[in-house]
Amino acid sequence: MSEPLFSKKNLKLITDPLNNSNPITVQVLGICSALAVTAQLKPAVVMSISVMVVLAAANVIISLLRNTIPNRIRIIVQLVVIAALVILVDQVLKAYVYDVSKQLSVFVGLIITNCILMGRLEAFALGNRPWQSFLDGIGNGAGYAAILIIVGFFRELLGSGTIFGLRIIPESFYITNGGFYANNGMMILPPMALITVGVIIWVQRSRNRKLIEN
Amino acid sequence: MNRNGNTYTVLYAAIMVILVAAILASVSMALKPNQVRNREIEKKQSILASINITSTVADADKIYNEKIVNQYVVNSKGEQVDGDAFSVDLKKEHAKSNDEMILPVFECKTDAGLKYVLPVRGTGLWGPIWGYVSLNEDMNTIYGANFDHEGETPGLGAEISTEAFEKQFIGKTIFDNKGDLYSIIVAKVGQEAPAEHKVDGISGGTITSKGLEKMLIDDFTRYEEFLKKKKS
Repeated sequence: MSEPLFSKKNLKLITDPLNNSNPITVQVLGICSALAVTAQLKPAVVMSISVMVVLAAANVIISLLRNTIPNRIRIIVQLVVIAALVILVDQVLKAYVYDVSKQLSVFVGLIITNCILMGRLEAFALGNRPWQSFLDGIGNGAGYAAILIIVGFFRELLGSGTIFGLRIIPESFYITNGGFYANNGMMILPPMALITVGVIIWVQRSRNRKLIEN
Repeated sequence: MNRNGNTYTVLYAAIMVILVAAILASVSMALKPNQVRNREIEKKQSILASINITSTVADADKIYNEKIVNQYVVNSKGEQVDGDAFSVDLKKEHAKSNDEMILPVFECKTDAGLKYVLPVRGTGLWGPIWGYVSLNEDMNTIYGANFDHEGETPGLGAEISTEAFEKQFIGKTIFDNKGDLYSIIVAKVGQEAPAEHKVDGISGGTITSKGLEKMLIDDFTRYEEFLKKKKS
């Protein structure tokens, strides 16, 4: 390889998805799972890690195969690679970290349908070398993770008064215990996740005007 | 070879599918013993949790062998029949007719006397829910309960597997004064029911809560003859 592993251009593959080309807020991919798993922080974090691992691995595999894949069935090939990886991850989790696999339950399977994966395979891995594809996978996984964790943080804090299951808002504040506070039940429901993502998009675009479409 | 030709495409697809299938099959075979073991330990932990004993993956086996003094299967008439209680698959049993159905019972020795653990299984919103309910020797008062689910929504229906929800069942009774089976009402806010038969449902998880209620009445009904026999 002629250029250094962490050249400026390669690092951009990781940092860009965190901001200017974030898969959720800018490319608007993977919204469905972002809404489903963010009612609490813990599943959001585990889901983020799983997506990052699967995305990076799938990117590398597709990139290695990119010169052999017949054009007409490339989407099917991508899907097979993703599905196989997801099943592998699921099986390994079930065998070695059973409690985590129970936490994730259906979400692991849902990775297959996450648009970010196919989006990155189609748009990046098919045309780039394995190392760059790996970085792109990690970067986009991290961009996805960042949004999930922000949304999960606010939803769990405002919806349940806890963070990672630990109580943040004291019990004595609650109306039921003679206090003045009540959890916002709306925050646990999917619509508020969408609104939270909307607010993040709003904040991001007001800080970075280049992203505003006409 | 022409990479856009039919032959190449078909060959490519065939080889890919066979390779992937082989990899997945061998991984699944290799990991199977571990997975089965994990499920067994989990089941033991759940049974222990229903008699209010917390166990870790490491000591579940030991405590289970210590506490569970007897396990057997009964039929819907409440008679003890042949069978291994631990390996009974409730899903399969529930699909059978009443005459053929066998139901597992676990007898546990605790500091508070002998307890009977009955497995239950039903349907939540997204998939199956199941659990274990332990009864005092009067076959009426609930000593403890443990519930689990496959894919209920975290923060909503999935709350049935939290301690806060399960604790509510302790001390509730499943028979009314006349001795008829009443089961437990998992109530929505404002729903009226006798306090000794009522627990609070989960807000935002109504369908799961009602599924759990139905699971309890259905399964207690299956055990009804057995419970009445033991009671008298």
